[in-house]
Amino acid sequence: MNGDPRDELVEHLPALRAFAISLTRNGATADDMVQDTVVKAWTNIEKFEPGTNMRAWLFTILRNTFYSSRRKAKREVADVDGIFTESMAEKPAHDGHLQMTDFKTAFAKLPDEQRETLILVGASGFSYEEAAAMCNVAVGTIKSRANRGRKKLAELMNLDADGPVELTDKATVAVVSNNGNSAF
Amino acid sequence: MSNDTPSEKARQQIDANLRRVFQAQEQAELPDRLKALLDDLKAQDTAADGTPNDGANE
Repeated sequence: MNGDPRDELVEHLPALRAFAISLTRNGATADDMVQDTVVKAWTNIEKFEPGTNMRAWLFTILRNTFYSSRRKAKREVADVDGIFTESMAEKPAHDGHLQMTDFKTAFAKLPDEQRETLILVGASGFSYEEAAAMCNVAVGTIKSRANRGRKKLAELMNLDADGPVELTDKATVAVVSNNGNSAF
Repeated sequence: MSNDTPSEKARQQIDANLRRVFQAQEQAELPDRLKALLDDLKAQDTAADGTPNDGANE
């Protein structure tokens, strides 16, 4: 009784939502997008090949949903509810460590494709090959997007100028993510 | 620092930070409508199949 692959969907919801927020930078839009993705996955579950990576499959559906809705509604309203820049909790500035808000602000300045790539290969642990398949581009394109994105972040954050830059501690992360919608 | 790739150290720091932010976001509570979504879809399927839910047969 190895069950219906749809039973597995629930495990991926948190990551799917985090990915959606990173793409849309808008909590409500991200939730709509996750909902659309799950409905599409549910109704097309026969297209999922058991034994393959369900998270990659779901992320692919989500990013396709994102880009096609963005094409449709040309006017992308990034950060319409201010979750990215305004309502985000701030870490007290008391040391030389990277402030979460600075990092997120820098990250938001990257083009969608670079942001998406860094989330896939930098944060979610997908290989370059998996990310390339998900984005339907060559592996070299993914590598170059990741490099350009990292380079831009390094510049914006002065990272190559030597200095501790890790987000300091769990408490900071907890505070910043406290509003549940803190987009990045 | 002006060629095409950042230093290895910067790269590692960036990825570590990306992971932390992403994980923090993953741990955020899901909104109710997403929590309920899968149950709703299941119920719709059951209704469409004409299969009574929860064994509530006559």
